[in-house]
Order: sequence, then C-alpha cells, then structure tokens
Amino acid sequence: MKLYSKRAHELHELLVSKQVSAVELVNDVAARLEDVEPKVLAFVSQRIEDAKAEAARVDDKIASGETIGPLEGIPMAIKDNMCTEGIPTTCSSKMLHNFVPPYSATVVRKLNEAGAIMLGKVNMDEFAMGSSCENSWQEGTRNPWRLERVPGGSSGGSAASVAAGQAIFSLGSDTGGSIRQPAAFCGVVGLKPTYGSVSRYGLIAFASSLDQIGPFSRDVRDCAQVMNVIAGHDPLDSTSAPIDRPDYTSFLNKSIKGWRIGVPKEYFGEGIDAEVEEVLRKAMKTLESLGAELVECSLPHTEYALPCYYIIAPAEASSNLARYDGVRYGFRTEDAEDLISMFSKTRSEGFGEEVKRRIMLGTYALSSGYYDAYYLKALKVRTLIKQDFDRAFEKFDVLLSPTTPTVAFTCGDRLENPLQMYQSDICTLSVNLAGIPAISINAGFADGLPIGLQFMGKPFEEGRLLQISHAFEEATGCHSQMAPLKGGCEG
Amino acid sequence: MRDFDFEIVMGLEVHAELHTKSKIFCGCTTEFGGEQNTHVCPVCLGLPGVLPVLNEKVADYAMKAGLALNCKIASFSKFDRKNYFYPDLPKAYQISQFDLPIASGGYIDIEIEGKKKRIGITRVHMEEDAGKLVHGGGSLAYAGYSLADYNRTGVPLIEIVSEPDIRSIEEAIAYLDLLKAILEYTEVSDCKMEQGSLRCDANVSLRPWGQKELGTKTELKNMNSFKALQKALEYEIERQAEVLREGGKIIQETRMWDENKGETISLRSKEEAHDYRYFPDPDLPPIIISEEWVERIRQTLPELPQARQIRLVESYGLPSYDASVITGSKAMADYFDQACSAYGIALPAGQSTDDKGKERAKQISNYMMGELSRRLNASDQGYQDSPITPENLVELLTLIEGGTISGKIAKTVFDEMFESGKKPKQIVEEKGLVQISDEGAIAAVVSEVVAKNPQVVADFKAGKDKAVGFFVGQVMKATRGKANPGLVNKLLMEELKKQ
Repeated sequence: MKLYSKRAHELHELLVSKQVSAVELVNDVAARLEDVEPKVLAFVSQRIEDAKAEAARVDDKIASGETIGPLEGIPMAIKDNMCTEGIPTTCSSKMLHNFVPPYSATVVRKLNEAGAIMLGKVNMDEFAMGSSCENSWQEGTRNPWRLERVPGGSSGGSAASVAAGQAIFSLGSDTGGSIRQPAAFCGVVGLKPTYGSVSRYGLIAFASSLDQIGPFSRDVRDCAQVMNVIAGHDPLDSTSAPIDRPDYTSFLNKSIKGWRIGVPKEYFGEGIDAEVEEVLRKAMKTLESLGAELVECSLPHTEYALPCYYIIAPAEASSNLARYDGVRYGFRTEDAEDLISMFSKTRSEGFGEEVKRRIMLGTYALSSGYYDAYYLKALKVRTLIKQDFDRAFEKFDVLLSPTTPTVAFTCGDRLENPLQMYQSDICTLSVNLAGIPAISINAGFADGLPIGLQFMGKPFEEGRLLQISHAFEEATGCHSQMAPLKGGCEG
Repeated sequence: MRDFDFEIVMGLEVHAELHTKSKIFCGCTTEFGGEQNTHVCPVCLGLPGVLPVLNEKVADYAMKAGLALNCKIASFSKFDRKNYFYPDLPKAYQISQFDLPIASGGYIDIEIEGKKKRIGITRVHMEEDAGKLVHGGGSLAYAGYSLADYNRTGVPLIEIVSEPDIRSIEEAIAYLDLLKAILEYTEVSDCKMEQGSLRCDANVSLRPWGQKELGTKTELKNMNSFKALQKALEYEIERQAEVLREGGKIIQETRMWDENKGETISLRSKEEAHDYRYFPDPDLPPIIISEEWVERIRQTLPELPQARQIRLVESYGLPSYDASVITGSKAMADYFDQACSAYGIALPAGQSTDDKGKERAKQISNYMMGELSRRLNASDQGYQDSPITPENLVELLTLIEGGTISGKIAKTVFDEMFESGKKPKQIVEEKGLVQISDEGAIAAVVSEVVAKNPQVVADFKAGKDKAVGFFVGQVMKATRGKANPGLVNKLLMEELKKQ
C-alpha cells in the first residue's frame, strides 16, 4: 500500500480502524523518503529511528484503546529554520551548520504534543532568502514534478518533500511568498496565515514584521487540520494575536454561492506567462460555476510592493542576522587576529552571497542619513499597500490571483540575476506587507508543471480561504496527482 | 565660578538598573552576582529564534521614576533596536527606546549654597543591560582572551538624560546625589554604584563667559563612584581649558575615565562613532499607556527627598543642613523617622513638635550625623543594616536624658552597642556604669580629694582656675567616671568655699 501518497485525514482513518499501524506508516514514508531523496534532495537532516520509536508509542496508545488526535502518528517534515530541541537547526547555512538549539519552537512543541512524527528537517534557501532553494549551503532541492526545475523557495524542501511523498505534511515559513511560491511550483497546498495567527517563537527570524509559519499539505483538509494544531495565541510571542483560534475544518464542505471574488488587474497581464493566465481564467470559470461572482478590481500600489519589500525585509534582516558573530555558537573563522577581524571574517565566510547582499542592502537602508529616504518611506508605502487591501475587502470576500507569474523555472536560470529571482515573488509580496492571509492551491498544469492559484483574505479569515479552496479542490480534483519525479538535473 | 576663565556646561546621562525581580524580556532573575552564565535562558542569550516579551513591571518602574522626576509620561511609547557589534551584546543589538521614550520633559531642583537651582530632565527611557566581559590578562589592552558572562544581559535599565543645565562640579555632584536619592526613595533601583546598578556618563563642554553657542563637548564614561565623577570632571575641565587657552580646538569624542591613571583617555572620535541604525523593534508592539495606568503608578509615589527634608525642618525644627543630610539617603531618613517614633515625638506632616520634642529630635540627629554615620562609614555599612537599631539609640538617649548615665559614659555604651548590638540598659547594668547621683556619696569623695591636696586648695584660693579642673578630674577618677558631673561641680564649689 502506498501510504506515502495518502492525506493525513485518510491515514488517520486507517490508524483508528487499525488497518495500518503507526510503525507501518512511518516505515512506508521513511522508505519512500530514502528511495527518492537522492533525486529530490529535500532533507537537511533525518531522524528515522527516533520517528519509529515515537510511532511505536502511538501504536501502544491505539492498542490500549485511547483515542488519538487527527495528526497523531502522521509523518511530517519541518523547515530547518524552526528550532528543534536537541536536533540541529541550520537555516541551510554554513553559519549555523553545528547549531543545536536547547529549546523547541512553539509550533514544533505543539505538533509534538499533537503526536505528529517528525522525520527530519528540510532544505531551504539560506536564512529563508531566495525563491528557488538554490541558496542553500547544501545542494539545492529539486522539483519533484521535473527534477531539472527548482521547487521554489525559500521553503523548497517543505514543498518538495510533501509533493514527493517524503512527508505527509510539512511546515514552512513565508516572508514574501516562501510558502506559497514553492507550493505553487510543487503543486501542493500552502497557507500563509495572518501575521500573528501562528507563533513565531523559535522561528529563526529573517524579517520579523513579515515572517509567518504555515503548513504545506496535499489537500485543503489536511491544511485545516495542521492549522488547528499550530495556530493560536502564544504568550512567548508579543506579536501573536490574542484571539481564539476557530476550528478550521468547520469551514470545509461549505458552499461559496454568492461570494464576491475580486480579481486585481495588477496581478494579470504584463509579466504573467500566457499559460499561467490561461489556467487561472479556467479556474475562474470553475469558481463562477460554483456560484461565486468574479469582479475585476484594483490594488493600485501593487507595483511598489517589490521595492518596498526589498527595503523593509533586508533592513530587519540586517539586524536579525547580526547575532551570528562567531562569539557564542555556530561557525567561527579559523584565522582572526583580533575582535573586529573575527567578526568580519566569520560573517564573510559563514554567510552565502544572497544573505550578504541583503545584509548590505538593509544596513544601507537603515544608515544615518538614509533612514528617512528608504526605511521610513517604505513603511509609508507599506501602509498604502495595506489600505489598498482594506478597501478591496470592503467589497470582496476574497481576492484571487496567480501565485507566481511563471511555472517552476530551471535550476541555475535565475541565480546570476537577483532582480529576476526577486520577480518570482511579485504576486506574493504584497500579502506579507499587508499582514493578511493567503493560500496557494494547485489550479492545473502547463506541460506537466503545476500552476498555483492564490486566494487572499481579510486578517484572521483563514477559514474562508480554506472554504473556497476546498470548494475549488472538490470541483476540480487537481490535487489528487502525485509528482512523477521525472527528468534530471545537472545542478 | 567667575574665577575660572570659561563657563562650564555639562549634562549627565545616568543609567540605573531597575530593581525588578525578573529581567526585562524574560523570566530570569536580576540578582547581582551568581556563578557566570547561570542567570540566563535562550531569550536573554539571544539564541536564534527567540522573541522578547516585555515585563510590565519595567514600564511601571520607569513610569514611577519619570513621575518622581516631574516628567510627562508618553501615552504612546515604543522600543527600538540599537545595532552594534560587541561580544557582551548577544543579539548584536540592544533593545532601547529612541524617539518615543516613556517619560520626558521633567526637572529636579538641587540646592547649591542654600540656593535652589533647577536641572531639566530631557528624557527617561527603558532599555536592556548588556553582559560583562572578563579579560584574561587583566586589562583589555593586554588580554590574551576574554570571557563573557551574560548574567547581567537583559537586566532592565532606565537611562535618565539631563539638559545641559549643569554649570559646576558641585552642581553635578548635587544633581547625581538627589537623583540617586529619588531613585532610592521610589524604590525603582538600589543605586549601588559599586555594583554597577547606578552608572553615570557626563557630557562636558566649555565656552567663554557670555558666549551663547555651546562649545564642542566630550562624553565621559566609566565613572563608577561620586569620587570618580568628581575627579574625572576636574581632570576633563582642566584638560579642555588648557587646549582652549593654547588656542586649540576640542575634538568631539568619547573619553574614558581611567581610575588608575587619574585621567580621561580618548575612546573614539566622532568620525569613529557608531551608526547605531536605530529602527522600531518589530518583535515588540508599541506600549499604549492609559491615564488610568499613569494614575495607578502616581498613587504609589512615596514622600520624596525634598518633601521629607521640609517636613523634618517644619515638624522637628531640625536645621536644614541636618535635614538635607538625613534625607539624602532613604535608609537614613527612615532611621530618623523610626527613632522619632520610638522617642514618642513622631508627628504627621504639617504639625510641629514642642521645644522638648525638638530637643529630642536634635539629639537623634546629632548622634546620627556624628558618631553613628562615622561608625557605619568606617565599617562600610548602610543605615538599613546598622547594628544599633533606632529603638536602641533612643533607649540610650533616654538614659542620658534621665541622668542614668553621663554623656561621657554614653560614648562608651554606644561603642559597645555598635560592636555587640546589645541594648544600652543591658550594657550599663553589666558594666555597672550607672551614674552616681547620690549627693552624700559624691560629697564624701569630694571632701576626701580636697583634704588630700592642700597645695591645690591654696592654688584655688590664689585664684588659679585650673585647680577646679584638677579636683573634678580626681573625683571622676575615684568614681571611675560615674559621678554626675553637675553634682560634682556643685559639691566641689561648696567644699572649697568651706576651706
């Protein structure tokens, strides 16, 4: 039985009805993981033996007649920027290659308490900076749909592992599209929750005002199940919203008849591949057939999102990443003459090119004399972008757009051109600046490569995003294919 | 200060550690000392992924200090990151407050030569303390290695910045003295300079008398005591004056006071100054401070040093000098008030005691400002841990007042009290120090002494005053100091007249 190709809610039924044991399940997914890992390269570290021991405990629980939770015994993967007590957490960086946290992130603790079983930590762009998973200290992860393509980034390992059946679900983090873009490229469901919905405690910060953790899964129901576990107020995160988490599964199997869906024109047209637009137009027809009304609208400040983002995110990153100085943990240069050279050599040797580029950008933007012109201005633009959304949501239940302007690109294609790489996130950045939730689900394929559809919602209305995504998923069945692991990549 | 050829312009920046139980952004203890790196957790160590959560007590304390310094409390305040690299700063940024401090626009009134002078308080802001480095090989310059201790990292601080209103070293000392007293009175800080819980930096500049523009300033750091502040300011003022007299220019720079060398040393110039790249900390939401919150804190303000000084003068008739010394430290003032209670002369504010009470209060004050302070200073103790309790001091004064012991004997008893902590009555009884006031007994000693010394009697008759002193001494010697001196005098004169 190919257990690895099933969804968490299906596997839960099999566990509860004792058709499958948790050990069998972990064995099956671990075998798949091992089998395809040489092609996909999704994992940074694995913990298969520990996972099996945890599965045995779940089986004991089932055998003794105890009830188990929806994620109990379900194998999953965690992006390597979330702290896991006693397990290396590297951010795919040489800088943290030997860092073993003495504590776990809130989301990791919650999943652990819910009985989910972590098979390992998955690859990413270094410190979550990138859109292709190629900025990893390790070799870049590949797209399971076509192995010479990138899986997207920065949560490339999270997306690819789920698409390839190496994990049933995973967690990623999204600062400018790092969940949704790889979800789109790998044909899986990826949700970026509202800023403040999911605790950031233990998430190694890239840009604190934009970072948000969210799930990757193979269908919308699983996404809702994972959100039920990870969302909610955390007293350890002052930016975590003090609100009650709804039961996200309660939004499933509900009609979207009469919903008004805004289609911002700025997300279509120039820069969007024809094949992507074609699939999106088809998806819009499907939504209309489900009783929704689609209306073109405008988010006039969209064009400023990219420059605004590339001021704010690097500025915060320049400060967040300053602690990696070689003094207390992680990488330290071998040849330092004094304190200053220890700092600078550690940092120039420990960080990759993209990380250094963004630290430079951010340091510059915050420098005395430039602060007002760059950082302060960007904050004002951010407010305008947020107001665009506020205005749109006065009229619409959700907004719809492509998740990415193109399908997954070929490995190496954009590495030499950072600006072109930054363009990959053009459809996803605004959402982070506005702090609103957005989901990417598979809308179809072009030449065998998945195309993502993005729904954007009002703050704390993840439930409605799940509702419309589920309705769409039920109507199309797009999500039911496994990635074929075709092709190869010279790397 | 006209005798000096320049006008001195100074402002002080004072850092006070807040006396909260836990650190500013985590639950670790703020206790001083402890084995290295034991008062730490992932949050104050700034490990990857951690987030700060504000300890609200810190805002309470900062607000209390702000109110005591007559500041306006901001209704909207926020934290900013001050970015710089140093091994004692584990996040490579300090969470501080930049443009929206919790309190601003206050003042305190110091007293200089009996005249009141107002020193403006620009701002009071909250921030986290850094760790400590221990340099292998003694000083930093010769260190082969350095060790970092992060126990102090994240201990809450307030920084109190004064306006450049200070015009002399005396004013600087008086300002710091009063500021320290206010922080102690409000119990927001224990102000132990030797433990670093109160630290002072100074901005110093000179200008020709009559010039409006400020001269170029230097910032002095590392003054760890009042004495160090005084010496550093003396040195720096003279250094700047010499540069200016020779037609030179002051370089804007940060200078460090070197206690051993007794001089200030350039640390970094303006060109080398850090660009701290302040920006709002995205991990901490702004602090919204309601009127109710401010009022709640205002209710907790205690009687402040100056109000207390006025009360001591008005209620007990203390000379204002005594009152200012006593109220200069909260512990000393508390001691005085407790002693007054024990002596039965305590009064609510606004009432004043009778002459008898005033005399008693003055006696308490005399003992405190004299012998007791001297002994406490000599043994490096404060009033809060005085071996002589206020109640025991009053018991001693009562023994003197009632004539049980003489003032001279009281000194002996006092010393014994300080050494042993015993009650004065017990000491007097144990050592048999009760004053002899029995006229018959003294008269007998007097006649015996007089009879033994005919030559001195002759001297007395010849008008030599010294003779009386001799007889008194002899009587005291014979009674081992216990004879009531008044009676001795009276009986001696009677006896001598008979001769």
